[in-house]
Amino acid sequence: MQGPTWSDGLAGLLTGLGLPDMLALGIAYGIGAFILVNFGMVSALLLIWITRKAISRMQDRLGPNRLGPYGLFQTVADAAKLISKEIITPSQSDFLAYNAAPILSVFGVLILLAVVPFAPGLIGVDLNIGVLFVVALGSIGIMAALMAGWGSNNKYALLAGFRVVAQLLSYEIPMVLSILTVVLLTGTMSFQGITEFQSLTIGGFNLGIGWLGIVMPAAMLIFFISSLAEAELTPFDLLEAESELIAGFHIEYSGMKFAMFFLAQFVNAWVLSALMAILFLGGWQGPGVGLPGIGPILGIGYFFIKAYAIYVLQQWVRGTFPRVRIDQMMYFAWKVLVPATVGLIVVQAIVQKLPFQSPVIYALIFLANIGTIWIVVTALQKYIKSEGLRTKRSFEPASLIGTMQKADTYAMY
Amino acid sequence: MLSQYAFILIMAAIALVLPLAAIIMGHLLGPRRPDAVKNAVYESGVETIGDTWVQFRAQYYLIGLVFVVFDVEAIFLFPIAIAYKGLDMFAVFATIFFVLLLVIGLLYDWRKGALEWQ
Repeated sequence: MQGPTWSDGLAGLLTGLGLPDMLALGIAYGIGAFILVNFGMVSALLLIWITRKAISRMQDRLGPNRLGPYGLFQTVADAAKLISKEIITPSQSDFLAYNAAPILSVFGVLILLAVVPFAPGLIGVDLNIGVLFVVALGSIGIMAALMAGWGSNNKYALLAGFRVVAQLLSYEIPMVLSILTVVLLTGTMSFQGITEFQSLTIGGFNLGIGWLGIVMPAAMLIFFISSLAEAELTPFDLLEAESELIAGFHIEYSGMKFAMFFLAQFVNAWVLSALMAILFLGGWQGPGVGLPGIGPILGIGYFFIKAYAIYVLQQWVRGTFPRVRIDQMMYFAWKVLVPATVGLIVVQAIVQKLPFQSPVIYALIFLANIGTIWIVVTALQKYIKSEGLRTKRSFEPASLIGTMQKADTYAMY
Repeated sequence: MLSQYAFILIMAAIALVLPLAAIIMGHLLGPRRPDAVKNAVYESGVETIGDTWVQFRAQYYLIGLVFVVFDVEAIFLFPIAIAYKGLDMFAVFATIFFVLLLVIGLLYDWRKGALEWQ
């Protein structure tokens, strides 16, 4: 365990007012949890604004720009609109599953904020099984999606619910295994412990750039790709496919219930980028976080800059990549990412037991990561090549409709 | 130590109550004029035929089974990863053997075509 945390300070303050210890701690926890949950729900407004601005800039549009500076209040207006909409309940829907799904969907995301470290000493609660907590409670969202699909009494919603489960389960494996590589190196599951591991102290000054992403880029990349799939963002958004399907598992929801799914999706994307910042980019670590007084404030700044930067990166990928097919998505999860991460874990387990100094071990782990990236890229190149040829053959005459290519360029195939 | 879980409990209660409050507020503030057409199931404008709760494809079941195997593997590997610095060579080889057994299982699924999505 490390130094004093916010809850100790707040509880101490309340005890000073003459409250008994237990009650003071309870009130302190209540205030902290209330602030955290509200932070999650309010930050969704900002996240939606960032998404709309980023995507519209990529599509050469302005995006929301009427309400408030840079259109900042647009999402507030949208929320106000959604709250005044009629909530339609489809006939013959399953009451419990239909109504519990939006609440559980938000719950499964907001509860993860409890273990996100914002700064030294500023973490909801520093569980010593923090990683396991995130992995376990992250599955509530999957269950909520299936409940929504099942409860809606709609065949499309049910199909989408099945697909959500298949996709999120498939990508949870590479995600969990890539987190495992970090736990294997740091030897702790507490998020503060993992963050503190990534300090780099030279001459008594904490530079804070011993980020694990530098040592294990392949694990970071795999985590990022799986987090895109877990957040249902574009290369893997065939559950939603705004331009093709109607909506996915939440088609029968309207008004505030729909807003809850929307909120859960955006906050989930942010929590996943925050987790990536913590696991691979040092969380609140940065130059000067070890300084007394100013350190925690700098830490908050570093953490939010990293988390929002990764969030924008996710939106960038979302704005530029085409959508994959469902069999390609399954292929990529089970035949590329899972073997790659398992191989990475085995190699890292062997390397860490070699009788070398730790810099040599880090260098070997780095080499193993580069090798993994090389193998994955080679396999993908092979796959894309075979896929490209097959597509041209199977659609030969029809594929020329609407394209700018001359018909005889296809004669050589 | 246990007081940490008190925080989780309080936070869980708040995280359940706030979305519930938002939805109840939506119910109170929004209009409420249901009719048979509005409440009908939306399946692209076509009248729904038959029961919704149909049999699902065995493919999902296979993916679920493979997932359970790997998730249980992860549960076993996390404690090993934490204690890894203190493990002797026998335990290390046992761990690697355990992972390799699962890789053989994955290869079997692969050859059997359980991972192909038709």
